[in-house]
Amino acid sequence: MSIGHTLLGLLESGPRHGYDLKRAFDEHFGHDRPLHYGQVYSTMSRLLKNGLVEVDGVEAGAGPERKRYAITDAGVTDVAQWLARPEKPEPYLQSTLYTKVVLALLTGRDAAELLDTQRTEHLRLMRGLTERKRKGDLADQLICDHALFHLEADLRWLELTAARLDKLAAVIGS
Amino acid sequence: MTPAGSLLAAEGLHKAFGRTTALDGVDFSIHPGEVVAVLGPSGSGKSTLLHCLAGIVLPDSGTVRYGDHDVTGMNDAQRSALRRSDFGFVFQFGQLVPELTCLENVALPLRLNGVKRKEAQRHAREWLERLEVEDTAGSRPGEVSGGQGQRVAVARALAARPRVIFADEPTGALDSLNGERVMTLLTDAARDTNAAVVLVTHEARVAAYSDREIVVRDGKVKDMLAGLL
Amino acid sequence: MTLLGPRTNGGPAGRGAPSREAAGPALPALPGSPPAGPAAWLRDLVMGLRFAASGGREGWIRTALTAVGVGLGVAVLFLGASVPSLLDSWHGREKARESLGQEHPPRPADNTLLYARADTRFHHQDIRGRLVRPDGAHPPKPPGVAELPRPGTMLVSPALKALLDSSDGRALRERLPYRVVGTIGDDGLQGPAELTYLAGSSALTERLGGSRIDHFGMEFVQRPMRAPAVVLVIMTCVALLTPVVVFIGTSVRFGNERREQRLAALRLVGADVRTTRRIAAGEALLGSLAGLVLGAGFFLGGRQLASVVTLWDINVFPSDIVPDPLLAALVAVLVPAAAVLVTLFAQRGVTVEPLGVIRNRPPVRRRLWWRPLVPLTGAGLLLTVSRDVGRADSPLNTVWLATGATLLLLGVTALLPWLVDAVVRRLRGGPVPWQLATRRLQLNSGAATRAVAGITVAVAGAIAVHMTFTGMQAGFAGAHARSSPVVEMTGRTDGWAQVRHALTLLRGTEGVRTAGGTIDSAVAAADDRGRYMDGSDFRVADSVYATVGDCDRLARIADLGSCRDGDVFFTDNLEDRAFVRPGARLNLDPPEGIGPVRPPQPWTLPATARAVRAKADDDGLPVHSILITPSAVDVGRMHQPLMNLSVRYDPRTPDAVEHIRTTAMRINPTLGVVARAENRHDGQYDSLRAGLFIGAVVTLLLIGAGLVVSTVEQLYEHRRLLSVLDAFGTRRTTLGWSVLWQTAIPVVLGLLLAVGGGLALGILLLSLIDSAVFVDWPVVAGMAGAGAAVILLVTVVSLPPLWRMMRPDGLRTE
Repeated sequence: MSIGHTLLGLLESGPRHGYDLKRAFDEHFGHDRPLHYGQVYSTMSRLLKNGLVEVDGVEAGAGPERKRYAITDAGVTDVAQWLARPEKPEPYLQSTLYTKVVLALLTGRDAAELLDTQRTEHLRLMRGLTERKRKGDLADQLICDHALFHLEADLRWLELTAARLDKLAAVIGS
Repeated sequence: MTPAGSLLAAEGLHKAFGRTTALDGVDFSIHPGEVVAVLGPSGSGKSTLLHCLAGIVLPDSGTVRYGDHDVTGMNDAQRSALRRSDFGFVFQFGQLVPELTCLENVALPLRLNGVKRKEAQRHAREWLERLEVEDTAGSRPGEVSGGQGQRVAVARALAARPRVIFADEPTGALDSLNGERVMTLLTDAARDTNAAVVLVTHEARVAAYSDREIVVRDGKVKDMLAGLL
Repeated sequence: MTLLGPRTNGGPAGRGAPSREAAGPALPALPGSPPAGPAAWLRDLVMGLRFAASGGREGWIRTALTAVGVGLGVAVLFLGASVPSLLDSWHGREKARESLGQEHPPRPADNTLLYARADTRFHHQDIRGRLVRPDGAHPPKPPGVAELPRPGTMLVSPALKALLDSSDGRALRERLPYRVVGTIGDDGLQGPAELTYLAGSSALTERLGGSRIDHFGMEFVQRPMRAPAVVLVIMTCVALLTPVVVFIGTSVRFGNERREQRLAALRLVGADVRTTRRIAAGEALLGSLAGLVLGAGFFLGGRQLASVVTLWDINVFPSDIVPDPLLAALVAVLVPAAAVLVTLFAQRGVTVEPLGVIRNRPPVRRRLWWRPLVPLTGAGLLLTVSRDVGRADSPLNTVWLATGATLLLLGVTALLPWLVDAVVRRLRGGPVPWQLATRRLQLNSGAATRAVAGITVAVAGAIAVHMTFTGMQAGFAGAHARSSPVVEMTGRTDGWAQVRHALTLLRGTEGVRTAGGTIDSAVAAADDRGRYMDGSDFRVADSVYATVGDCDRLARIADLGSCRDGDVFFTDNLEDRAFVRPGARLNLDPPEGIGPVRPPQPWTLPATARAVRAKADDDGLPVHSILITPSAVDVGRMHQPLMNLSVRYDPRTPDAVEHIRTTAMRINPTLGVVARAENRHDGQYDSLRAGLFIGAVVTLLLIGAGLVVSTVEQLYEHRRLLSVLDAFGTRRTTLGWSVLWQTAIPVVLGLLLAVGGGLALGILLLSLIDSAVFVDWPVVAGMAGAGAAVILLVTVVSLPPLWRMMRPDGLRTE
């Protein structure tokens, strides 16, 4: 995820102080890892230099945190381009799977069933990657490995979660 | 009934150790040249299934057929002879005889089959070369690295040209790189010789070397291929 | 780990640190810091004891084996410590009950008796017999006798009573024509197996061999053991004790692996290296202490066997075998201490770290150069004493000999590890079981070799001792086999009539072919009143022998030409006895120093006496004697003339010698009877040989038990591998054979060395006693057989655990 694009996007709704920007970012995207203020400052410096934002005004006291930023036209264009560009599809399904598993449990479905189905699907993908790795060059191998490890991590998480949830379900059921 | 064309097939396997049920009505089949991964959580009965398929352990009920032979109907000596001649094994630990050199370890199954020492060792050397560990020939297992040792073990499993290779967590004690190499060499060699591989593992990356997988859970098997069909 | 609760070395390491810095160098011991010195020793030893006691079944087996090994050692050592007291009581009883006659015989009185030997021999068993004839109402009584037997009756030892009562003893009952009226008490016996009787006689006279005494008991001059005997005793001890020591050394190592794991766990919770060593020592101590108790038990039980064992004619009561308190205490302290030391020694070079055991001892390449020096030095010592020993038994010689023999024996053991290494290193190929076994030995032959070293010493010792015995016996047997079937009898007589009577009886005895006899006595010149011998206070006359016999008998001694009763001859080789000439006046009772001076008994050598040429006798020696036919002299005037009877018998007649002995008893119970062809040494060493063989076999079994334990332990360590090999379809027989070879190779090498060393030692010892070299192949074969039995035993006993460990359980990784 690009912090620069995100902050730019936030500015599109109107000029903000640096501190406001951080709070807005934290609210929407930070989850359990809030943005460090220094990151905001350095990012805004870079955007300023690139002409994507401008300083809209300075309040009394004139500390860096009191600068108010506004997005420029170039900045707006940049955000649009970023959003339009498709992400390379990554086998990074954790959040979806998480949702599915929780949903399966909540609706009384078998988590193991879900796991087996998903694993078959994962393994199918992994077999392909393994095959490609066997035949490919070093770069191919690195890329495939990256994917394989992620996929494996998914499966592990899934297995662990399934095991836990089964236990949990058993505890609830009994 | 044995599924058509299968090399090794099991039907309705039950096995209990005391009050613990390890296998609770398991069916299984594998074709020549096929690599089947046996997956499942710890204690689900994966190893027991492998032991039953290989005739190391007799199931309490159910049958295991290998070609035209009823493995479950054989006596101990016949099953031993079958394992010597037609099966190969790779395990996670403790499989190389520490007193013998790596070359002698690889030659061991051949010699147990009655091949002359010179001939067996010549053959064994070829397999060591194929597994890229020919320089360990004169060393004892204690003197080689884990990855090398495991390759020697794979060489040994393949040396007698088995029809079925049973691999129980063959990469369990190895790092990723060595594990992959061992899996690549093992499956390549198996495919070349048209041998079937029963691969017990709990690692998806290892299972990815298989053609299909089955899942053992609570003593029952889910054949994912069958499930899909 | 609760055991560790009170003593985790003062808790977290950091606890005391700041105060330590603050207080400077002179810091008093912190409360709760670990005790040091003896207290720490004691605490750790006790903890080791508790580990050994709570180690589960395996722990108990290990402790039990250690205890058995130590126990056997202790029992043997206790036996050794008992030898002084044993000999004391044995000699003491002999001294108290015997009398060889008094230097100044008392006059007949109320408290005197006539006492004479009436020994006999019955089917290779010596029977000690004594005759008594009291002079008055209050004769002395030997120990163990409440009342002297009346004439015609006898008191017997329990063993003789049993023999007389048995069907075998019928001929003996005939020979001893006395009624049994009681048994002799233990005080009057040397040992429980002694055959002895004390009979009352009304015919016993001084002239017929009785001595007049007024008390029993004598100054017994202890017969020192001859050097070869001492060497044999020492070698027997070495041969039997070394394996026990080896076994103790091996048994305290039992379960080392497991113990090291446990110690590593202790290190993880904070015990230091020295602590773990002490704990290990403590574990060994338990087995050792149990062994001490067991050893005392073995000893007490074993000494009950004393009644049936006879070594060098010594047979004693169990109660005679009492260890010297000081030596016993020494054993009780040293043996457990030795066990602890061995354990500590075994730990040398091994560092128990919290996460495992580090062996920082590089694999020992066994070097040859010093090993042969030990046996060669031993052989050298034996060769350098060689020529002297038979004749002079000096303590130095004995020590020299014993050292040589011991070095040779132990040197053989020193060679073994090298030999096993060297042989095994060269072994290549072969069938799979052979390959597995040789490769295993190549990797580590230490444990097996250590155990087998015990076998080697035991067998080498046994062979050497056996050979020596057999050689000695073969020598005796050879000498006896060459001798003619002749029985000779010697005893006091009162006249020629007794000789005639004796010959009549003998000629009527079954199996006797011819019988002849003479009476011999000393004769001196009539005017010779004797002269003082150098350094003595009694006078001795210059005397020659006079032999009384009939013409036939005398003709065997010299070429008589013609002979008639009444003739007298003298042999022509009496040149230095100038007083022997026809017509010379002689004295039939020359002064001989002992006892009161008696009046001379003059006798004239007849003028018709002829000089005749002496023949060599059976032994090749010519006789120097005056030869007198019976009617030419009154034997009654001679002082204590000796009757010498010689009987030639048919060796094919069964028990001819026994019949002759019975007749001899009728002639005169005090006759000494010697059968030349009868080998008195036959059976002398039988019980010793049997004992030695049993000892060697027990040793082999003991070592076998040790081998079983170490083999099973090794299998246990390999159980996962065994499961894998089973999965491979390895035949059980393949692995069974590999266990067999693995045991067989060191044992066979050990036995080869043992046979070589034993034979070398035996040959050297035999050459010392100038005996022909004779190899006792049956014994060698027996020992080899016992070794083979051990191999089989170890294999067979190891098979069930092997089968068990070949099950697929070992394949489970979880």
